[in-house]
Amino acid sequence: MKPARLLSGRKALIGAPYLWLLLFFALPFLILVKISVSEMETVVFKDLITYRDGLLQLSVKLGNYVFIGEDALYFKTYVASLKYAAATTLLCLLIGYPFAYFMARASASAQPALLMAVMLPFWTSFLLRVYAWKGLLSDNGWVADLIIGSGADQLLHALGMISAPGKLMHTPFSLVLGMAYTYLPFMILPLYSNLAKMDLRLLEAAADLGASPWVAFWKITVPLSKAGIIAGSMLVFIPCVGEFVIPELLGGPETLMIGRVLWDEFFSNNDWPMAASVAVVMILLIIVPLALFNKYQAEAQEKRA
Amino acid sequence: MTTQRVNQWFGRGWLAAGFVFLYLPIVALVLYSFNDSPLPNQWRGFTLRWYRALAQDHELLNSLGLSLRIAFATACGSVVLGTLAALALVKYRRFTGRTAFSGMVSAPLVMPEVVLGLSLLLMLVSVQRAIGFPERGLLTIWMGHALLGMAYATVVVQARLTELNPQLEEAAMDLGARPWQVFTLVTLPMITQSLMSAWLLTFTLSLDDVVLSAFLSGPGSTTMPLVIFSRARLGLDPSVNAVATLIVAVVAVGVVAASYWIARQERRRQHERAQAGQPAA
Repeated sequence: MKPARLLSGRKALIGAPYLWLLLFFALPFLILVKISVSEMETVVFKDLITYRDGLLQLSVKLGNYVFIGEDALYFKTYVASLKYAAATTLLCLLIGYPFAYFMARASASAQPALLMAVMLPFWTSFLLRVYAWKGLLSDNGWVADLIIGSGADQLLHALGMISAPGKLMHTPFSLVLGMAYTYLPFMILPLYSNLAKMDLRLLEAAADLGASPWVAFWKITVPLSKAGIIAGSMLVFIPCVGEFVIPELLGGPETLMIGRVLWDEFFSNNDWPMAASVAVVMILLIIVPLALFNKYQAEAQEKRA
Repeated sequence: MTTQRVNQWFGRGWLAAGFVFLYLPIVALVLYSFNDSPLPNQWRGFTLRWYRALAQDHELLNSLGLSLRIAFATACGSVVLGTLAALALVKYRRFTGRTAFSGMVSAPLVMPEVVLGLSLLLMLVSVQRAIGFPERGLLTIWMGHALLGMAYATVVVQARLTELNPQLEEAAMDLGARPWQVFTLVTLPMITQSLMSAWLLTFTLSLDDVVLSAFLSGPGSTTMPLVIFSRARLGLDPSVNAVATLIVAVVAVGVVAASYWIARQERRRQHERAQAGQPAA
C-alpha cells in the first residue's frame, strides 16, 4: 500500500508543473510555428489540413520565410540585432569580469554585502532605470555633459557608435550602454559564483613555479572560469537579441532591432503570421547559444549533485 | 608589496566605479522627482508638485491597483509552481522527460520576451476561438507572468533545496512521518527563506513587466508599466520620476523588512534548537 501511495505522490509532484509547462510553454510554441506557415483570411486562420472532396489537403505557406530571406531590410535588422547584442555582451564582459574577480577576492566578511549591493538594483523597476538613462544621456544631461566634456564623444564618433560628436541619445551608443547597464548583473553573478569557488592554491603553485601574477591569471584563472564566462555571456546575449523595451526608449531610427520589427508586424501591421515567422527565425538564431547555456546549466547541476 | 597595494586599490576603484554605474540612474530618478523644472537638464529648486500631480492621476493610480493585484497573484502562483518544479528536479534524479522538463523550466529565463508573449497570445486566441474562453485581461496577464515567475522561483528554491541535508528528511521518515508530514514539518521550515525571496522576486518581476503584459492585456486591463512605458516613449515626464521614487522607497522598505524578518526567524529557530539541546529545567 505504501509504495503505491508514494508513487502517486511522485506522479503528482512531477506531473503538475510538467503539465503547466507543456500547456503554457511547449504548446504555444507549436501554435506559433503553425501560424507562421498559415494563411490569414481576414481574422480567421485557415486550417493547415483540410478534408475536401475525399482528399486530405495540406496547405503550408512558406511565403513569409521566403520574404524574410529575400528582403534586405529584414536581413539588415537581424544582423544589427546580433551585432548590438554582441557589443553589449562584450561590454558587460569587460566591465563585469574584473568586477566579479575583485568581488570574489574581497575579504570574506565584505562579500555578502557586495553581493547584496549587486542584487539590489534587480529589485528596482528595470523600466524606470532604463527611463532614467533617457534623462542622463539627453542633451545637457549629467552623463552626456561628462562624456562631451572629456572629449570621449570624439572617440565614440570614430568608433561609429554615434553619428555626430555631441549627440548621444538615440544612437547605437545609448542603446548598447542601456542594454549593458540592464544586463550587467546577469554577467557578474554567474562569474562571481564561479570565481569565488576557485582553488587559490593553484595560483600559489603557479607562483612557486615562477609564473608572474599576470601569466597565472591568463593561464589559470581565465580558463577555469570558462563556464562562468559562457553562462554570463549567454544570459546577456540571448535576451538582448530580442530586446524591445530598451531599443524603443534609448535607440534611434538607425538602431532597428528585430524585437521592434516583430512588435510592429503584430501591433501596427496586424500581420500575425508574419510576426510569428519573425519570431521563429529569431528562435532559430538563438537556439545554438540556448543549447550551450542549457548544457552549462546541466553540467553545473551535475557538479552540485 | 607595492604592486599588491596597487592591485588592491585598483580592485577597490573598479568595484566603486561599477557600483556608481549601477546606482547612478536610481539616484538621478529620485533627485529629479524633487526638481522644480520639468526639464532634467537644470536644477531649479526643491518641489513636491510632481507628487501632488500624482495624487490626481487616476490613470496611473488605477493601473497601479491592477498591477498590484496581478503581482500578488503572480507571486503566489510562481512560488507554488516553482517549488513543485524544484522539488521534482532535486528529489527525482531520473524520470521520463527530465531533460525536456528542466529545459522548459529554465528557457523562459533567457527566451526573448517578445517571443514568449507572442506565442502565448497566439495560443490564447486559438483557444478562445475554439471554446470562447478566456478573454484577454487579468487572467491572461497572470498566466504569462506566472510562467516567467515560475522559472525564477525554481532557480531560487532549487538552489536552497540542493544545500539541504537529506539525512534530516530520512530521519523523519524513519521515525514514521508520512511524506506530507516530512514536507510540512521538516522541508518547508528549512526552505521558508528561499520561498520568501522567490515570492518577492516574482512580485517585483510582475510589477515591472512591459512586454508580456502588452501582448496579454485586453481593453481595460492596462498595467502600470504599460502606462509608464507609453509616457516614457513620448519623452521625459517628472511625474514618472515621482512614481519611480515611491516605488524605490516601497521596494527598499519591503526588502529591508523582509531580510530583517528572515534574520529574526533564523535567530529564533537557532535559539529553539539551542534550548532543545539543553536538559529540561
